[in-house]
Amino acid sequence: MTATLFTNARLIDPEARSDHPGSLLVENGRITAAGAEVAVPEGANLIDCRGKCLAPGIVDIGVKVCEPGERHKESYRSAGLAAAAGGVTTMVTRPDTTPAIDSPETLEFVTRRANAAAPVNVLPMAALTKGRQGREMTEIGFLMDAGAVAFTDCDHVVTDTKVFSRALTYARSLNALVIAHPQDPGLSDGACVTSGKFASLRGLPAVSPMAERMGLDRDIALLEMTGARYHADQITTARALPALQRAKRNGLDITAGVSIHHLTLNELDVADYRTFFKVKPPLRAEDDRLAVIEALRDGLIDIICSMHTPQDEESKRLPFEEAASGAVALETLLPAALRLVHNGDLDLPTLFAALSLNPARRLGLPCGRLAPGAPADLILFDPDKPFVLDRATLRSKSRNTPFDGQRMQGRVLATYVAGTAVYRSA
Amino acid sequence: MSFDHRHLLGIEPLGPHDITTILDLAEDYVALNRQTAKHSDVLAGLTQINMFFENSTRTQASFEIAGKRLGADVMNMAMQASSIKKGETLIDTALTLNAMHPDLLVVRHPQSGAVDLLAQKVNCAVLNAGDGRHEHPTQALLDALTIRRAKGRLHRLSIAICGDIAHSRVARSNILLLGKMENRIRLIGPPTLMPSRIDQFGVEVFDDMNAGLADVDVVMMLRLQRERMDGGFIPSEREYYHRYGLDAEKLALAKPDAIVMHPGPMNRGVEIDGTLADDINRSVIQDQVEMGVAVRMAAMELLARNLRASRPDAA
Repeated sequence: MTATLFTNARLIDPEARSDHPGSLLVENGRITAAGAEVAVPEGANLIDCRGKCLAPGIVDIGVKVCEPGERHKESYRSAGLAAAAGGVTTMVTRPDTTPAIDSPETLEFVTRRANAAAPVNVLPMAALTKGRQGREMTEIGFLMDAGAVAFTDCDHVVTDTKVFSRALTYARSLNALVIAHPQDPGLSDGACVTSGKFASLRGLPAVSPMAERMGLDRDIALLEMTGARYHADQITTARALPALQRAKRNGLDITAGVSIHHLTLNELDVADYRTFFKVKPPLRAEDDRLAVIEALRDGLIDIICSMHTPQDEESKRLPFEEAASGAVALETLLPAALRLVHNGDLDLPTLFAALSLNPARRLGLPCGRLAPGAPADLILFDPDKPFVLDRATLRSKSRNTPFDGQRMQGRVLATYVAGTAVYRSA
Repeated sequence: MSFDHRHLLGIEPLGPHDITTILDLAEDYVALNRQTAKHSDVLAGLTQINMFFENSTRTQASFEIAGKRLGADVMNMAMQASSIKKGETLIDTALTLNAMHPDLLVVRHPQSGAVDLLAQKVNCAVLNAGDGRHEHPTQALLDALTIRRAKGRLHRLSIAICGDIAHSRVARSNILLLGKMENRIRLIGPPTLMPSRIDQFGVEVFDDMNAGLADVDVVMMLRLQRERMDGGFIPSEREYYHRYGLDAEKLALAKPDAIVMHPGPMNRGVEIDGTLADDINRSVIQDQVEMGVAVRMAAMELLARNLRASRPDAA
């Protein structure tokens, strides 16, 4: 029996909402004790945390790994290394690959690749409809048997409400989680920025922030019809929040996420057509960003994700409208999220509820906690350590980060999956 | 006289002083262009390439004449027919051209921001001849020169810009320029053709043309693109002409000496009455074309000066 004791740590426990000094004991890959006083078993390895933060590893819902189809943009190996360095101990991967992950066979291929190549946990999601085309539902039952943890067509909205309501009804019978991208596709068609003064000044096709609320309103109505388990991948506008609040109050099984970029950047960051800031949905006005942070603090928005979307240089070095959307974020998720802590918007336990505990709970995973019995998926980090991000140092094959050259604070010192170190900072 | 810019990508980065500098120099070229011997050699030895990724007759001709009168070696590239169709990216095209050592690159592109992107990759001066719905700086400058000559000043005027503001780079550049020079700007058009939050640009917005034209000094009409006419943005061409087409009756609401402008090419009977467009007492549309050559000569001369000063082999 191997035992490891992390001593002299600052324990960040999102479940107890606590942040205090203590020790944590790991035996056989699981946490067996945590607290101010922990008895040291004989022969235990001691890890002196030197007062740095020990928190449950991040569970990141919505990571794009470009296998199959575009392995030159990101592989399970490169994404896994990036995740480990970023403190992400569980990647919940997206099915918007080429081809889409919409059959048990493709899912098994992906799982095999992931297990062979990635040093962190990988849990795949599958498409809700075949080819993400919004016409026929996938084999939700078989896909669950093969290990799919949720069903999503990613940024494709299932526009046909009959198809979507049937898929939700069917998913409900299997207790499957459906993740959707709330957006009115007619209104947002062709848009690459949020409408407003900035969009008008730059002359770029824009979408009203109202398109998000319209999409969410529709989905909420369908949830009332079907009773399905539903997660909105990204809620990024103030106008969508009252609808979300009503739906939660009415007892619907709904949760919501937000990407780290919408929490830390706004539409003005696009500046002179910088395509690394082109994401989906587009970056919002500052008022929206602040409203979403408040919703996160109040628990209305449950989950922060990276929305890690690798794009190679060729897809980004184009005029803004033609350039591909998305940004890599596995390695910048934590330092960017710590900006919210350093600004006084959130405390560390609240942040880790959104990064680790809530996503784990939503997927029914035992991790995301520091409680005895939980898997020892842990990160040790220094929340204050300053650095300037150099995108050349990123481990992702694609380096399309909007944070290049920016000053950030907070670095992962070590990442553990089931008690084993998968990353240690140099 | 100072003009501290490497490129002319838009009106946005210019200050009132820069604008005045260009217009003052352009006045000299108006005089030169009216002489029989129109040649100058301020751009002698320099190579000017006109890259038009979007069809243009007038703007391209205007830039070509401007360059030739100043003694530059001018080359036109019709980019629609060229390698872009073969899948070459804009940046590769830019790098290829850059290797041929042009000095002045005049670029028009259908996408907003494309000219900015190209300017980041080349060593020469870039002039934006229109990018998407973003900016068309030389058009705004020639409009400003036309107004200044007709009205005797370029400040404290009431100026109406009418029509499809949303899709117009001409409107954006004009709003910026006329705002920087402290004029009152009124935008007139159906709300479906107004950009979002345009009220935040320090302009007044009217969807009633009669109210908007009251007592203005300048009426600037915009071209309505054919593809916007059917149903999507406006119900029909004839309803548009009825509500937003400029005719003598509507113009009577403006000041008696108000001038009428249009960047061309005009859709007679869609946005402007044909007789009015030809009325030499009100319409300055032909003057705009004349000022276009002068303004482009001035802009290229100023950029060429900075270019020469920045190069180590500068004589």
